[in-house]
Amino acid sequence: MTVVAQTGAAGFLARYEGLKDHLPGARKPWLNALRADAAAHFAARGFPTRRVEQWKYTDLAPVAQASFAEPLTMVDGAIALPAANAPNRAVFVDGRFRADLSTLDGLAFRATGLAQHLGDAESHLGSLAKPEAEPLAALNTMLFEDGLLVDLPDGVDGGLLELVSVAVDPGRPFAFHPRHLVRLGEGARLTLIETATGGGACLHNPVFEIDVAERASLTHGRMLQEGSGAFHLSTIYARIAAEGTYDNFTVAAGPRLTRNEIHAALVGPRAACHMNGAQMAGEGQHVDTTTSLDHAAPDCASRQTYKTVLAGRSRGVFQGRIHVHRVAQKTDGYQMNQALLLSEEAEIDSKPQLEIYADDVKCSHGATVGALDPDSLFYLRARGIPEAQARTMLVEAFLHEAVDTVTDETLRGALTRALDAWWSRQAAAA
Amino acid sequence: MPAVTETIETVQAATESGYKWGFETDIEMEFAPKGLNEDIVRFISAKKNEPAWLLEWRLRAFALWKTMAEPRWAAVKYPPIDYQDSYYYAAPKEKVGPKSLDEVDPELLKTYAKLGIPLREQEILAGVEGAGSTPAAGRMPIAVDAVFDSVSVATSYKERLAKDGVIFCSISEAVQEHPELIKKYLGSVVPQGDNFFAALNSAVFTDGSFVYIPKGVRCPMELSTYFRINAKSTGQFERTLIIADEGSQVSYLEGCTAPMRDENQLHAAVVELVAMDDASIKYSTVQNWYPGDAEGKGGIYNFVTKRGACRGARSKISWTQVETGSAITWKYPSCILQGEESVGEFYSVAITNNYQQADTGTKMFHIGPRTKSTIVSKGISAGHGQNTYRGLVRIGAKAAGARNFTQCDSLLIGDLCGAHTVPYIENRCATAKVEHEATTSRIAEDQLFYCRQRGLTQEEAVGLIVNGFCREVLKELPMEFAVEAQKLLQISLEGSVG
Repeated sequence: MTVVAQTGAAGFLARYEGLKDHLPGARKPWLNALRADAAAHFAARGFPTRRVEQWKYTDLAPVAQASFAEPLTMVDGAIALPAANAPNRAVFVDGRFRADLSTLDGLAFRATGLAQHLGDAESHLGSLAKPEAEPLAALNTMLFEDGLLVDLPDGVDGGLLELVSVAVDPGRPFAFHPRHLVRLGEGARLTLIETATGGGACLHNPVFEIDVAERASLTHGRMLQEGSGAFHLSTIYARIAAEGTYDNFTVAAGPRLTRNEIHAALVGPRAACHMNGAQMAGEGQHVDTTTSLDHAAPDCASRQTYKTVLAGRSRGVFQGRIHVHRVAQKTDGYQMNQALLLSEEAEIDSKPQLEIYADDVKCSHGATVGALDPDSLFYLRARGIPEAQARTMLVEAFLHEAVDTVTDETLRGALTRALDAWWSRQAAAA
Repeated sequence: MPAVTETIETVQAATESGYKWGFETDIEMEFAPKGLNEDIVRFISAKKNEPAWLLEWRLRAFALWKTMAEPRWAAVKYPPIDYQDSYYYAAPKEKVGPKSLDEVDPELLKTYAKLGIPLREQEILAGVEGAGSTPAAGRMPIAVDAVFDSVSVATSYKERLAKDGVIFCSISEAVQEHPELIKKYLGSVVPQGDNFFAALNSAVFTDGSFVYIPKGVRCPMELSTYFRINAKSTGQFERTLIIADEGSQVSYLEGCTAPMRDENQLHAAVVELVAMDDASIKYSTVQNWYPGDAEGKGGIYNFVTKRGACRGARSKISWTQVETGSAITWKYPSCILQGEESVGEFYSVAITNNYQQADTGTKMFHIGPRTKSTIVSKGISAGHGQNTYRGLVRIGAKAAGARNFTQCDSLLIGDLCGAHTVPYIENRCATAKVEHEATTSRIAEDQLFYCRQRGLTQEEAVGLIVNGFCREVLKELPMEFAVEAQKLLQISLEGSVG
């Protein structure tokens, strides 16, 4: 008798049914209830199709039709880690925390693997994620095995912390769904630098629940750089209390399909949120940034700048929604998304969206799409700069704007290197 | 200061009368039985003495409609519509060919007088023979087609237009007189199965205007249609078709009103425009259907499909709309830019006050090379009004050098209303350039203060600022309409400033 591997949603649901008594925290009733609830949502909706408005431009069919195994055994042997950006780092291999590869000693706060500390996560886990609304969050909740747990006490300056996620190619498609919980107490500060690398046909489906208390400040830099066979579908939920700040800078370049989805809610007066990013795609790749920003308190400010560069047969998507609630008077919201098309076969789809229910607000968005400006190219060439170099200058200038506002030099350096690395690969390929 | 005088006058008028077009004309009407089925479609077609192919066409639309679901994606809320509880055909019983004003039904004349149509044009509208040969002194002549509930009651200036070969008549007449044109173009821009409301319209449309401008003709006057829903429980399903042949030009105006009623009435129109090489069509609308009362009771559901095809090279279609009325507006006048270097424009002002809801915008499909489009949308929300701009700019792979510029501005008056912007941009062409800008704000305190300091009342000041906010759009309107539109803006905002 042959066993037919089940694909897509059915495969994941079957896996959940088979594993549910063995998943981390299986003896905790609250967690079992959370997982069962998420499984019910995922069973009801499956992977979203393009008929779902939020997925109009990104087709998950390649994910929904594939059959993914789970990385059951721990990977042994040497693992190639990306160069360190900070002395303290938490390393995850195939979604599992590896204390042996991490350096987290002497921290003034807790940063560790979630699986071993689920008992402490009850109040945080599931408090922000919405499995009923986002099927990928449901999938994550149903099957997560591990993740990063960061908890900064009030007033602590955590400095830099690095989160490294490595996928080791086992030669067949596999999936992992880490759940990362980050909590900053009142007035705490942290810069979190995240790098996702690795090869193979992996589905990396992380969910972040980020809770920023009053006057706390989290800067979250992300470099999504898995190999060209990978699917990276990440969903971030952030809640920012009064006078708190959450800054997100994402560079997405590498995977076959990237979805960078961020839901941020400004829930206290004078909270702020910056969401910036650059996403790039070359031949056969698809990049999608989808943001949703809730202004749910007065006097909050938000800034978003997203850049997309497309080469070859590729597709880029930007969807950004700003929702200003009735109470959110004196809101100052700004969003800009710009796309550069370097190829005849690229496609960009953009949907900036404002939903405003308060009257004393200042909200604006802008979107532009175009090719490299021929006048600028001509200007540079007229000054003796070869065309290839002129193009590089213009593309880099375009991309760097997304990370210009990063104040932490280490983070800005890392993000800039990630941007430039993508462009050199593209230029070399062309 | 004429603007101020105007404002004061308008505000006074508004305070006295509210929605002054809310009267009902007591006129003898002929109805088809309530409800919607194949027999009604056949009844309408028979009443209009239509050829067999058109009946078939309607029946196909009806069959399609039955398989379709009402769209629910717009940001508007309303209770389910009972499509069986409405009359699909209502016509004033008229005597054929009145020879003088005395023979015209006096109720009909009164209606036109109340609507503010000048006496001379009333004569023309009522079809008094010989009345249309000379335009009233000092005014540009405007040819008018008036549609009363389901049928076109009169078209003026026909003879003058015929001299240039321009055809301007009701669509029922065109079906009889110019069947070849109708057969060729009807449904060629908005097919029967395009959407739920277009399918409904295709099945039961009762009248509307038809315009054909021959090659190289610049239409000698503005053409205008006046729509009026009068009878109770009627839906209005008019169909307008405008064809501008090579090198021709036409400007077309559309106005609408309806009596005040507590129940909601459905208006599902379809407008199709076709522009050939070097032709240009300018389509202006001042929509002032009854918006419902201050508590949101009653009003028109304005669910309209308007689309123009720029088929020829260098053709141009320009939509200008001022949407002040209707309980709910669901309307996206669009341009299909097929011909190379063709141009599409959309200028819109939409106001929602009290409990009005508007979900409106445009779609620009860039297909041909070097096509250009401009979108300027101004949304104003007051009271509990909800105002959404929803638009699509799609640039196809072959639209090399295409260009789009979009600007959407929203103004909020009061903290119970909402303003939303949902633009979709889809670009498959590297050499295209697309720009989109949107802002949302309220009337600045310093602007108000400045006006108040100069002796303007709060309402006058708001009126002045709102008019300034809408100027970019209003200036696109033909003169007479622009004045009318300015007044309407103020009336619509009546009661929103406190």
